[in-house]
Amino acid sequence: MRILVGIDQSDRVAPVLSGACQRLSDGDSLTVAVVTPTDEASIDELETAVTAYVDANELGATVTSLSGHPGSELVELAEREGFDRLVIDGGRRSPLGKIQLAALTEFVLLNATMTVTLIR
Amino acid sequence: MTRIYPDTPAGPFDPPPVVFTDAENRQIEIQTYDGGPIDPFVTMYLAFEPADRAQGIPPTNESRIREWLDRILIDDAVNVYATYDGGVIGHATLVPDGNDAYELAIFVLRAYQQSGIGTRLIYCLLGAGQDRGVERVWLSVERWNAAARALYRNVGFEPTDADGFEFEMSLRLSARQ
Repeated sequence: MRILVGIDQSDRVAPVLSGACQRLSDGDSLTVAVVTPTDEASIDELETAVTAYVDANELGATVTSLSGHPGSELVELAEREGFDRLVIDGGRRSPLGKIQLAALTEFVLLNATMTVTLIR
Repeated sequence: MTRIYPDTPAGPFDPPPVVFTDAENRQIEIQTYDGGPIDPFVTMYLAFEPADRAQGIPPTNESRIREWLDRILIDDAVNVYATYDGGVIGHATLVPDGNDAYELAIFVLRAYQQSGIGTRLIYCLLGAGQDRGVERVWLSVERWNAAARALYRNVGFEPTDADGFEFEMSLRLSARQ
């Protein structure tokens, strides 16, 4: 399967990428798309952090950057290039511990035509 | 994210202790939690109806419940609880969000819902919050939960973010005179 991972927040790079890798089977290929961050980091800083994680853990994944509206850019890339599955963050918690769906998560869940995995 | 708060403060609210008779003629007592064993809370959450959970809380098994309570029943938070016949049957909390504001949540066991306890718990919680100098309070509620949204609106909460699956509301507390 061809798997596309979307990353939108610098403090979730490691949990989302390690979660995505735990679910890989032999022969799967991994592409990581960095989208416009929701935190203070710039997209370049986020891409640097993602590339560093990919290299340090020898994931052998292609890293790409998507400017513009995060959700639509991610879903469009997944459809255009025929990815089988989209993996995104779904594990943010409020101070009280409530699960919160980020705007990106909501958009992808409502618009993606392929299977979506949320990493918690 | 910058959250908007109403210009007009809400309150004053009376802090605990409060004793009242609920709609089912049960004598309910509301108190402020000031340390002490968490086991009465664990007992309540073990009895919590799973279908009444929202956004992943309360957790379902004992170890996760204890872990969660350890993060909420802290000195920096404001906690009030309702008891009936010696057992905890309701709990409301204000947890600091790290940005000078507090997130609110309230939990009532199913057998004690719709009898006025939730409203009393919120008033007591906000009263205890005023005593502690809390000024800004927010919450998120699932957007299909019209009953909860109406309750919060009656207390003085106003919607701040209605775009997502979760509906956010905020309230400004008046300073205690």
